[in-house]
Amino acid sequence: MTDRALAVVRAGALTTVQDRGRPGHAHLGVPRSGALDAPAAALVNRLVGNHPGAAVLETTLTGCALRPRCEVTVAVGGAPCPVTVDGRPVAWGAPVRVPAGALLDVGTATSGVRAYVAVGGGVAVERVLGSRSTDLLSGLGPPPLSDGAVLPLGCRVPSPARVDVAPQPAPPAELVLRVTLGPRDDWFTRRAVRDFTTRAYRVSSAGNRIGLRTEGPALERALTGELASEGMVLGAVQVPPDGRPVVFLADHPTTGGYPVIGVVRAADLPAAAQAAPGTPLRFVAVRHR
Amino acid sequence: MSMRVLPVGDDALLVELASGAEAQALHAELVRRRGEGLLAAREIVPAARTVLLDGVADPARLARELLASDVPPAPAREGDVVEIPVRYDGPDLAEVAAHWGVAEEEVARIHAGHEYRVAFCGFAPGFGYLTGLPPRYDVPRRSTPRTAVPAGAVALAGPYTGVYPRSSPGGWQLIGTTHAVLWDVARVPAALLSPGTRVRFVGRAADSAAERGAGG
Repeated sequence: MTDRALAVVRAGALTTVQDRGRPGHAHLGVPRSGALDAPAAALVNRLVGNHPGAAVLETTLTGCALRPRCEVTVAVGGAPCPVTVDGRPVAWGAPVRVPAGALLDVGTATSGVRAYVAVGGGVAVERVLGSRSTDLLSGLGPPPLSDGAVLPLGCRVPSPARVDVAPQPAPPAELVLRVTLGPRDDWFTRRAVRDFTTRAYRVSSAGNRIGLRTEGPALERALTGELASEGMVLGAVQVPPDGRPVVFLADHPTTGGYPVIGVVRAADLPAAAQAAPGTPLRFVAVRHR
Repeated sequence: MSMRVLPVGDDALLVELASGAEAQALHAELVRRRGEGLLAAREIVPAARTVLLDGVADPARLARELLASDVPPAPAREGDVVEIPVRYDGPDLAEVAAHWGVAEEEVARIHAGHEYRVAFCGFAPGFGYLTGLPPRYDVPRRSTPRTAVPAGAVALAGPYTGVYPRSSPGGWQLIGTTHAVLWDVARVPAALLSPGTRVRFVGRAADSAAERGAGG
């Protein structure tokens, strides 16, 4: 078995191929997509000696199990989870050799939501508009993994990183998201803007790669008309008619018609991607830089 | 041109204009400036009455520059016209005819008798919001959206007309179908329509609309 490929034994709840996405096509209605916890994806790539933009697997809560058809180096990071090779525990957050035909099992996250699995050479599915990312909003890129699927791997990379274990931030016990207000904070009552940046929210279980949904005080509008569709950015906090803020993540629509009360700082989005349902959440207003 | 420039996070700006035509003009101008190296932005996203500039290094400075600069008042009628053949056989023809106060067969003649421009894209990759119909032809969305609109459906909603690039739920009024492929990732470019593209619909039924559209 010299075939450079990876067989999917257990796809898990939702496992997708992700790289740095396809920015630059928003004017055509194409979401940016890409790994939600981008620093974690870049780190596991570095651990196996890949380019930081190589395609990795992004799992959701329940991990996945894979059987490489050739010997590979893998690294698992992001959400902490048990990792085994043929049932034997191996390191999380470090490069691990997996023999051809052995079973790599990435277990259920002990905290956080999304684990990232890098394989030496990267996942080499076909690029669509320059990216291998699965985009769940518009269906671009490869479909989510399914049991029995086979993923091609890129060429063997020369040498994995010479680090034993790399430090990674722990998933948040409380998620604090810094937001700049606007562009449509004036569509909300003053009280709603105050509630948004002072009251306690929780991460809802209804979130996905398109947006982090929240439970908490509904934000009341000052203007009740319909907002004409306008361009949306990563981290935009859109408020649909139910009044519960939604933080746009990588697969967000490129235009939208609900007002954006504020925008989460990009540096806080990886933590948002790892906040499990029920995590306490606060939005804190900061000034535009 | 009156514009309002709103900061969006730390590296984007939303420019709000008085009309869709002004937004199209500003979009065309910003794309031109980026092409000439006068503007650095990762995304320039036009919409109904706004243009979003995302991935900008110094939004405050760019905001000052935009407010101080002149923008041509209307987009130039330049570039090739994309012709989209249409069979006017949509299930909402009668409803649209009633809104317009015309006979059903007149809908095709009117729709194919105007030239359109892609104001912006959104909803799905390759879905363009086309303007060009006079305001008296605005139609409301359907009160109950369809759960599945077929790919190639030619539709109307509000001031816009458009073509569904693939099967999806949708609330627009369906007036026809086309075999034109709006979106194909194996093609370069993948999108048949992008903001600023000029479009003409050419009726495929044996009426005079086909002849008129053929000249471009």
